[in-house]
Amino acid sequence: MAFVAFGSQAPAKDQNPTKGGRVALWLLLPGLFYLGLFFITPLISLIITSLKQPSLSGGIGRYDLGVEFGNYAYAISQYAPQIFRSFSFALLATVIALAISYPIAYFIAVRARDRPLLKGILLTLVVAPFFISFLLRTFAWKQIFSNDSFIVNVLKDVGIFGADSYIIGTNFAVVFGLVYNFIPFMTLPIYANLDRLDLRLVEAGSDLYASPATTFRKITFPLSMPGIISGTLLTFIPISGDYVVASRDFLGGPDTAMIGNVVEANFLRIQDYPTASALSVMLMATIVVLVSAYVKRSGTDDLL
Amino acid sequence: MTKFSLGRYLLPTYVFLTFLFLMIPIGYTFVFSFNDSIKSNIIWRGFTFDNWLNVCDQADVCSAFGNSILIAVTATVIATTLGTMIAIALVRYRFKFRSATNLLLFLPLATPEVVMGAGLAAQFLDFGWSKGLGTVIIAHVMFTLSFVVVTVKARVATLDPALEEAGRDLYASPAQVFRKITFPLLLPGILAAAMLAFALSFDDFIITQFNSGAVDTFPKFVYTAAARGIPPEANVVGSAVFLVAIAIVIAVQVRSTLKQRKLSK
Repeated sequence: MAFVAFGSQAPAKDQNPTKGGRVALWLLLPGLFYLGLFFITPLISLIITSLKQPSLSGGIGRYDLGVEFGNYAYAISQYAPQIFRSFSFALLATVIALAISYPIAYFIAVRARDRPLLKGILLTLVVAPFFISFLLRTFAWKQIFSNDSFIVNVLKDVGIFGADSYIIGTNFAVVFGLVYNFIPFMTLPIYANLDRLDLRLVEAGSDLYASPATTFRKITFPLSMPGIISGTLLTFIPISGDYVVASRDFLGGPDTAMIGNVVEANFLRIQDYPTASALSVMLMATIVVLVSAYVKRSGTDDLL
Repeated sequence: MTKFSLGRYLLPTYVFLTFLFLMIPIGYTFVFSFNDSIKSNIIWRGFTFDNWLNVCDQADVCSAFGNSILIAVTATVIATTLGTMIAIALVRYRFKFRSATNLLLFLPLATPEVVMGAGLAAQFLDFGWSKGLGTVIIAHVMFTLSFVVVTVKARVATLDPALEEAGRDLYASPAQVFRKITFPLLLPGILAAAMLAFALSFDDFIITQFNSGAVDTFPKFVYTAAARGIPPEANVVGSAVFLVAIAIVIAVQVRSTLKQRKLSK
């Protein structure tokens, strides 16, 4: 994942890795053990919890070990709209974010290539939103689009909006907020990829009388595919599990809840751990299928 | 290309407008940190410095901010140490289970936060651990570790092994080689990784909400406050953090530009 790769442009030196089983083991072991204990076993806990059944002794939030596949059937029947919404919002927002981000990444990587100052300023501006809490940014949009806000009033005055129209709480507002929050995640990997684009290839295209559009379609775009794939994963995955933007206290309304909102409500509010876990397992399974398609394409060494 | 093309003006205009769009909520948060609000911070009521001067009048904002800093510093130190060790091993050594290791490091980057958050919370329930500062720190080290590895790995890859060899030729012990050669050369990468880990930890909400119990962090405070309206003091904290972070980024960039100029002379 080229997420942070834009910070280091120096070429890789030939490391000629040595065989050093012992040393490597001691360097790797603590970190990998940590991930095993606090990343892998929690996923197993999640699966075990998703199969638990209500405790015979009763009580809210008390469950016994079991093999209750009904939890999955219940989760699907109860929350099918939210599951569907999560993936369709994530898909829509990812496509829009890609369309918005690609030209920006292209401009910084290609047009500003020989102007380090401009490039530095633009890259700083791309990451700038990361430096202010995304909850505050999302809340700012809520205020900007709130019912009596300047923008909504203008829309009503020019007649685009009816008197009782609103933005906050609609599907539009949620997708808008998701796109906004994830533009930098899409822009950075594409930028990191285009930054390494060999411009002589583009030149060769135009030397052979290809139009700029053809050169882009046949050379630039295909070469930037790895960046697009990274950006797409970095956008789609977090969006599919997000529950802040779609929350009623932010840009969402009664009919915009996504999987994340349901997991949060079931796990943290009504303590229905099995249902929350079943939903999480299904979300994770979907993502794993997506990612393995990616791994098949590019191997594991390119992942990091 | 000297001929007139629409793209020449269209693209810069588009980029300019998109950046303007990206900055809107940041500007909004900053402006409303100066709002002379009484109850809710929705309508502009006049300019004041009060919120900046008396941030801790909202005691909850301040204590949540303090917790966030404490958590982020601790998690950063642990994650950076573990991650740097892994990064060195990945670039420098050949070992079995390499692709399994890569996969294990990649998976946390590809897992939605709500899954990691709920999974860890389910495990803490099974273990019977009560949630608090400790569990949040455990969670933050877990999800920042892979980011550290990616960042440091890029730096290790640029390191010239001949330098360390030279050290060994001059009879330096392995510890001396690490302390005098490897570590100083890796430092920029390690610092970048630490800054990234800090930023990720400080801004994390979803994993934190699942694993923090009664401990409040700054993002958690904002989430809870959103139901009744976020106080301007939260805008002050957000804006101040933003200004500090931007100052650091600019300083780093200026420094590396100056260094490059020196080298090219």
